[in-house]
Amino acid sequence: MSLEIGMVTIYIDNKPFEVSEGQNLLDAGLALGFDIPYFCWHPALGSVGACRLCAIKQFRDEHDTKGKIVMSCMTPAAEGMRISIDDPDARAFRTRVIEWLMVNHPHDCPVCDEGGECHLQDMTIMTGHVYRSYRFRKRTFRNQYMGPFINHEMNRCIQCYRCIRFYRDYAGGRDLNVFGAHDHVFFGRYKEGILENEFSGNLIEVCPTGVFTDKTLKKHYTRKWDLQTSPSVCVHCGLGCNIIAGERSGKLLRILNRYNAEVNRYFLCDRGRFGYEFVNSDHRARQPLRKRPTAEKTTSGNLLEFDTREEIIRHLEPLLYFGAKVIGIGSPRASLEANYALRTLVGQDDFYLGMSDQDSRLIQLIISILQTGPARTPSLRDIASADAVFVLGEDVTNVAPMLALSLRHSIRQKPLKIVEKLRIPLWHDYAVRDALQNDQGPLFVASPSATRLDEIATQSFRAAPEDLASLGFAVARELDTAMPSLEEMPGEIASLAKKIAHALKEAQRPLIISGMSCGSESVIKAAANIAWTLCDQGHPAELCFTVPECNSMGVGLIGGGSLTEAFRKIDGGEADTVIILENDLYRRADRKAVDAFFGKGAHVIVVDSLLTETALRAEVVLPASSYAEANGTLINNEGRAQRFFKVFQPDDASCESWQWLRDLMEVAGRPEAEKWRSHSDIVVSMTESNDAFKSVLAIAPQADFRISGMKIPRQSPRYSGRTAMHANISVHEPKPDGDQDTPLSFSMEGYEGEPPPALITRYWAPGWNSVQALNKFKGEVRGPLPKSEPCPRLIEPVEIAARSHFEEMPSHLEARAGERLIVPIYHIFGSEELSALAPGIAQMTPQPYLGLNPDDITFFKVQETQKVEFMLQGTLFSLPVKSIPSLPKGVAGLPTGIPGLTGLVLPAWARGFNPAEHEGPS
Amino acid sequence: MMPRPLTAHIHAHRPLSLRDYEKSGGYQAVHKALQKLAPDEITAMVKDSKLRGRGGAGFPTGLKWSLMPLVHDSPRPRYLVINADEMEPGTFKDRLLLEGNPHQMIEATIITAYALQADMAYIFLRWEYKLAAKRLTHAIAEAYDNKYLGNNIQGSAYSLQLHLHVSAGRYMCGEETGLLNSLEGKRAIPRSKPPHATTVGLWGKPTVINNVETLCNIPHIVINGDEWFRGLSHSQDGGTKIYGVSGRVKRPGAWELPMGSSAREVIEEHAGGMTDGFKLRGIIPGGASTNFITEEHIDIGMDYDSLQKVGSRMGTGTMIILDDKTCPVGMVLNLERFFARESCGWCTPCREGLPWIVKTLQAIEEGNGQMRDLDILQFHADNIKLGHTFCALAPGAMEPLESALRYYREDFQQHIRRRRCPWK
Repeated sequence: MSLEIGMVTIYIDNKPFEVSEGQNLLDAGLALGFDIPYFCWHPALGSVGACRLCAIKQFRDEHDTKGKIVMSCMTPAAEGMRISIDDPDARAFRTRVIEWLMVNHPHDCPVCDEGGECHLQDMTIMTGHVYRSYRFRKRTFRNQYMGPFINHEMNRCIQCYRCIRFYRDYAGGRDLNVFGAHDHVFFGRYKEGILENEFSGNLIEVCPTGVFTDKTLKKHYTRKWDLQTSPSVCVHCGLGCNIIAGERSGKLLRILNRYNAEVNRYFLCDRGRFGYEFVNSDHRARQPLRKRPTAEKTTSGNLLEFDTREEIIRHLEPLLYFGAKVIGIGSPRASLEANYALRTLVGQDDFYLGMSDQDSRLIQLIISILQTGPARTPSLRDIASADAVFVLGEDVTNVAPMLALSLRHSIRQKPLKIVEKLRIPLWHDYAVRDALQNDQGPLFVASPSATRLDEIATQSFRAAPEDLASLGFAVARELDTAMPSLEEMPGEIASLAKKIAHALKEAQRPLIISGMSCGSESVIKAAANIAWTLCDQGHPAELCFTVPECNSMGVGLIGGGSLTEAFRKIDGGEADTVIILENDLYRRADRKAVDAFFGKGAHVIVVDSLLTETALRAEVVLPASSYAEANGTLINNEGRAQRFFKVFQPDDASCESWQWLRDLMEVAGRPEAEKWRSHSDIVVSMTESNDAFKSVLAIAPQADFRISGMKIPRQSPRYSGRTAMHANISVHEPKPDGDQDTPLSFSMEGYEGEPPPALITRYWAPGWNSVQALNKFKGEVRGPLPKSEPCPRLIEPVEIAARSHFEEMPSHLEARAGERLIVPIYHIFGSEELSALAPGIAQMTPQPYLGLNPDDITFFKVQETQKVEFMLQGTLFSLPVKSIPSLPKGVAGLPTGIPGLTGLVLPAWARGFNPAEHEGPS
Repeated sequence: MMPRPLTAHIHAHRPLSLRDYEKSGGYQAVHKALQKLAPDEITAMVKDSKLRGRGGAGFPTGLKWSLMPLVHDSPRPRYLVINADEMEPGTFKDRLLLEGNPHQMIEATIITAYALQADMAYIFLRWEYKLAAKRLTHAIAEAYDNKYLGNNIQGSAYSLQLHLHVSAGRYMCGEETGLLNSLEGKRAIPRSKPPHATTVGLWGKPTVINNVETLCNIPHIVINGDEWFRGLSHSQDGGTKIYGVSGRVKRPGAWELPMGSSAREVIEEHAGGMTDGFKLRGIIPGGASTNFITEEHIDIGMDYDSLQKVGSRMGTGTMIILDDKTCPVGMVLNLERFFARESCGWCTPCREGLPWIVKTLQAIEEGNGQMRDLDILQFHADNIKLGHTFCALAPGAMEPLESALRYYREDFQQHIRRRRCPWK
């Protein structure tokens, strides 16, 4: 874009309009509300001018009546430009382009999943092409298996090239490509197989036809117009990407991206897109359950169903009378409202964070750093604009995947200055790439083992967590000699620290990324030291911490004790009842400690959506709604509060966690419970109770919000079958469910226009049935949605005059004979509890393994894939070996969190490595 | 005796070795350029000579060079690329020059690169030109050995690396931006201009791309001057031109003649006229992607502007003759098959339109045509134009089709009405 972005006047069909100088005419036209058809342009991918559909006429001056056809996506706006969208030649040419595409396009609409939200359908109608004059054969292709998420149907391809531009250029994938020439161009893998890139799911939205479609949706297919949809927030990591979730017939069916200018913008990761199936899982808790009084075994285990709500109340009354000694264990995956309700019920002193002890310490450290330091926490959009990045201790691709996508853009920032000089507009995608070639800005990645981002890193560094921290402290010292120094610094660390410090200092927007993945306080402190030092020296450094779960930050801000403290309270008899909120304790602490805790005989009430191992040991299980069946607030790693809305009312006995807790409070005779009738009530209560949450009130309109007296419908006007679907029960049309909690309605009735951004239930505009309708929603096609809701961040930087840096230095990894330090290895598919229950994700999850570097494989005399035994935290493990060459000396790795390997608190030392004697299940 | 600078030393047998080339006056221009002339002086000379690009487009060469300004903070390396990917059907003039006198090409490269202050040069050669590859490889080695290439050429301050790159083989690589993509190891699709190669070219650096025949004129301009060069021509454009003829003439071949020679002169005086029993029916003057002209045009001097006035182009100047016993539909089908096959598949009109044209022409040729097929062919010719497509391949493909529909419409109609090809 030119250095000074001014406005210019252009004439569209002889009417003057103000547009940004240098903006391409397609972008400008769409923003002004014109319907200009296009295929290959994409707001995130820019223009390439391949499809020729966006043709318009350009005239030299008012006297030029002939004009010439130009592509609007490739033409920058200039002062006085005269164009016509409606010109007959332009319209005829656009119709021809569709006709050419229809030459080979199959007549698949009735059987194609894309139908009803197909950009090709929309553009065909928009240009008016109807008659087929082509009478010869169509070319066909063979399709490929691409894994559990994406279906491939190449005959439908219109060769817009968006798929490979997204997959290769934007997301860095390598295994999808274009093959062939003339009318036989094929998009696929060089060889059939599962797509490797973690963002492959975006192909579903990027493809304007039905070539790449959602394979998970296909299993329970329904048309877009038949879906009931709500705006929601992804719960599968700490970034909080915005989504639109769709349901029909009581099942959650698919996730689409919901545009958020600051967070996820146009894309989602595969975990977020395909993890939703846990909502339909057989592991859901759907009915209230209680433990059988005797040891009789039946098929449903040792839990019985309650008959009525009164039964539950009766059962719980004795446990919750006024003065009862109850503690509450909250959850980093439960909503703010649920955690708040639990804390209110038990009191702050008896509320526990529900994370591992280590995670509890780390989240509190992170919050304190962000609340007391000058460094700003960037949004994902800010991160894409950073021009020098140091990732300390994180495998971003597997822990906070969309962050990796932003980092692929941050490395373009520094070289983009060349493009400015050459006056190449940023939207001219291929020209920018031709000018940039392989130039990139500085990205340093320091982690315990290889990460996907290494392939774009200026330099990667591998070490055990404490040594990673040493590198961090060394960087801070390079920036400021007053910082603490290591006594002995290996030359390798010293020279790398110099390099990193130099890059950060020279940058205009330096960024440090760290988090809880290494399990190390030193790593987090080192990151803070670097950012603070840079800020003190006048560089606007930003500091980003990843957090493991969707509300780690939220429950951390509420504050609470550690699990060990909770166990101790039960152990010491200070409490005899514990309420566990949406949490599987076997994921948070080692098995022995959790077993001991359950063995103490306290009354355990579990409120959860899943029948976890913890729930199966409970005395009472109260079935909680999943995020798709509830309203709530989550705080992401930036401290951004976001609202998710209920998609559907399930047909079972579950209800929202906060509602169960309110009911328990009523049983306990607590007066606050009276006030919490609707979701808005508890939000008001929550914001009044805690200054930190004051701004949560404004993140979305309250339950009484209306537009022209109307609610916003969750269903499209074409939603079908609303009487027929219940006809087997009764032929009378049922009254639609009411919704007293939100401004949305469980029906087709309501306001059809564009609602405030937080309430967008679907993207649709007249003539635009596909996700491209988003472009009709926004004031400026690549800007924020108009009338953006303020999405307040609960943590903003502060200037504190006298603030100390962290002084405690990490200790160097000392080798121990026969022992190895086990570090956690994260998997985008498998490490996260909820998504691991989705079948497609489960297919992609590795089996438990022990990662060893090749030297250790030789040293311990084991072989890859063979089982090895070892002792860790008092337990004997037997796992197959996987060779991980990037593991540093003295370090081994375990895929923490995947099914079969939960409850480990890493890093920790393991010993006694021996080949397992007998093959057999571990 | 008319000066024939380009082909003077091309004989039937082997090309001149470096020594023999030097003895015949070769590489004198290099010495003159490096020792006596400044880079911008050479460019000015070339501008004044009115040399225009011989690859088909006819862009003024000196002007193109000046678009890559000689600034001291230029991004480096600066590149010169010689487009030797001669794949325009009917064209074989560059092959003649490369096989016949590779050292002339190398000498031209050195002087041009020096004028552009280029650091590196590539000759991008058509895959099928195996003999040219062999001869160029040998000649380049000789040039390196004799200090005409590499560091400090002939003791001057100027250094140049020259690489011969043999193409993987597609017509699209002859399109200058497709060539750059191919040279970079990418898919051979074209680039959008602006930015031009002189700003963002090979690997994002300033690059000039010139045709073989264009550059082979450079040493002669440097030695003899721009006035001499202009004097060689019968027209506004300077220099000579290698004209070629293929088809049913007595002596098909290529001849270096003054720019602006007429088709009649080339066909009758040099190609010996039509083979006995055949009459001239039409000419495609400059390779397959130019419009047919007829007998009424054969006295027009063939240069860049004159043929445009009658709705055609000189293109590469190598003519394909349509005789009166050959089916024009079959001829156009043959050409369109080539273009459709060579479409890179990037933009819609070319990718989908050209194969549709082929299928339609094939149906007509096989006797399965319908009258509305002519409308279909016509709307393609009307809609596939420069600016409507991404590059010039498809508009070029429309030229023989569009003019055939104009001049030989009766033949198309006969195929359809009689349900067979009347020539078979």
